[in-house]
Amino acid sequence: MSFYNEIQAYNWDKISEQIYSKTAVDVELALSKEKLTIADFQALVSPAAAPYLKQMVQKSMQLTQKRFGKTIQMFIPLYISNSCSNNCVYCGFNHENDFERTILTIEEVVKEAEEIKKQKFEHILLVTGEDSRTCGADYIQKVMEALKDKFALISIEVQPLKTEEYKTLAAHGLNTVYVYQETYNEANYKKYHTAGMKSNYQHRIETPDRIGQAGVHKIGLGCLLGLEDWRVDSCFTALHLEYLERTYWQTKYSISFPRLRPHAGSFEPNFKTSQKDLVQLIAAYRLFREQVELSLSTREEPKFRDNMLKLGATSYSAGSKTNPGGYGQEQESLEQFSVHDDRSPAEIAQMVQENGYEVVWKDWGSFMQ
Amino acid sequence: MSDLLLGNKTFSSRLFVGTGKFSSNQEMQQAVEASGSELVTVALKRVDIDDKDDNMLKHLDIPQVNLLPNTSGVRTAKEAIFAAELAREALETNWLKLEIHPDPKYLLPDSEETLKAAEELVKKGFIVLPYIQADPILCKKLEDVGTAAVMPLAAPIGSNKGLRTLDFLDIIIEQSNIPVVVDAGLGAPSHAAWAMEIGADAVLVNTAIAVSPNPIAMGEAFKKAVEAGRMAFEAKLAHATTIANASSPLTSFLENLD
Repeated sequence: MSFYNEIQAYNWDKISEQIYSKTAVDVELALSKEKLTIADFQALVSPAAAPYLKQMVQKSMQLTQKRFGKTIQMFIPLYISNSCSNNCVYCGFNHENDFERTILTIEEVVKEAEEIKKQKFEHILLVTGEDSRTCGADYIQKVMEALKDKFALISIEVQPLKTEEYKTLAAHGLNTVYVYQETYNEANYKKYHTAGMKSNYQHRIETPDRIGQAGVHKIGLGCLLGLEDWRVDSCFTALHLEYLERTYWQTKYSISFPRLRPHAGSFEPNFKTSQKDLVQLIAAYRLFREQVELSLSTREEPKFRDNMLKLGATSYSAGSKTNPGGYGQEQESLEQFSVHDDRSPAEIAQMVQENGYEVVWKDWGSFMQ
Repeated sequence: MSDLLLGNKTFSSRLFVGTGKFSSNQEMQQAVEASGSELVTVALKRVDIDDKDDNMLKHLDIPQVNLLPNTSGVRTAKEAIFAAELAREALETNWLKLEIHPDPKYLLPDSEETLKAAEELVKKGFIVLPYIQADPILCKKLEDVGTAAVMPLAAPIGSNKGLRTLDFLDIIIEQSNIPVVVDAGLGAPSHAAWAMEIGADAVLVNTAIAVSPNPIAMGEAFKKAVEAGRMAFEAKLAHATTIANASSPLTSFLENLD
């Protein structure tokens, strides 16, 4: 049994129809409830909720403060490789893109980490392309070994691994795995992921099951906003979250919101997701699950992030470079996506404090691993 | 109001407070001071125990405040014991708030693992204050293994819902030979006062103070509520009655008995 089996009961078009048939009454009901169902979530991400955005955001702020306090956790991604065997049509690391791939050596990783440490970070996210040949679990394990004394919390965003590999990494200090489904629209999934391991929808969607079975502390979910209708895709993400919570009840969950932006010369999103849509989505998640971590990356602009820190988000990256070696050594290597908030971690920390929030650099200890 | 004897210490304040969720460490310090608390719990995972200048710890260097490290975030007895030993060494205290919650959603305490860890930690010389379900049997078992107090929850942690476990707290208080500290779920000073009125020895509050728009005033409000509740308990509450005193066939019957 996995989420792949469970999801067979749901049909994309049917879910879409349910969402678009929601009315103001459904939204008001969802706003009045303490425990929300998927039907309530559908109402909150529906067009019918747009006039209620202010109420949604106010409730989201209250729930977030109650659960997380007036705090924002900070993390930084460390890209250790851009080698990739997939050809996702929207991604700079697409293996058909002809550029020299960089895989950092352990020495280079340590140098990058030293640059990062100067900026106070204790939570680090290791990112690779997806290439098991060159950056398999062994390589990731070696990198983690080299970093585990330097950071309080290590996360990864790499190719899907086997359960046993996750178990081994967890025993070596792995805290969180982020793995995004990109889209839950199985019929269209292959259009965006035409080759490589990632083209296998079922293997991808069962990855959080493997992570849960391995006993990893936290799983990060999300879809790439812009590939398909964000309302429908997010509803599937919420279903996935609900299934995982029930099945792997000792695991913590986090949702991210990578949003494709129109950008000359690169992949054009099929469905526009506006900033207003994103606010609605973040608030909807918060109302649906008050304990879920919501992470907002530097893909979003400063003004947007400054305002969202009180309204539902709980975790921010800062000072991110999305190319391997970007923190010191190889500033010209290919980046995965361009950041829209290029302020330094110190500047972001100051902004958070000026908003009356505490920056949390450390919220984990090796004793808990 | 009488002092509280807990572990090897005497406390004049019966309000214990937590340090999470504040908008800054400065604000946390001011709220702690306003609350008059002498026992302040701090999550080990949030502090850098190797750093003498840790910002949170620096702000808790207040003369009357004793630190109560907690193991928040651990999932098993084994992890809790490891964390406790780290805390004892780094923070130079053998006091410990034992929290084991394998469920990251509601952060509910694991009774089995807590009992196991408590027994072991008491043997290792810790003064153990376990955060637990409002389970009267578990409380007696913890008392038997030698914990310094029991800390049953009033409602799910951070929920601000008040004394949802009231009937069980009543039984726990009735049966306990060690201090009962009502922990988790107290959302308003009136909840804290109520817990004290029913005979809790102390309460622990965090979210309701930290997340208030004015944590410093709220710290003081809880201080007053806890004092009022305790004074009321010691003075003994008048019995609530809804029985009227008017004469009735029953009273005339009773009066006419020989």
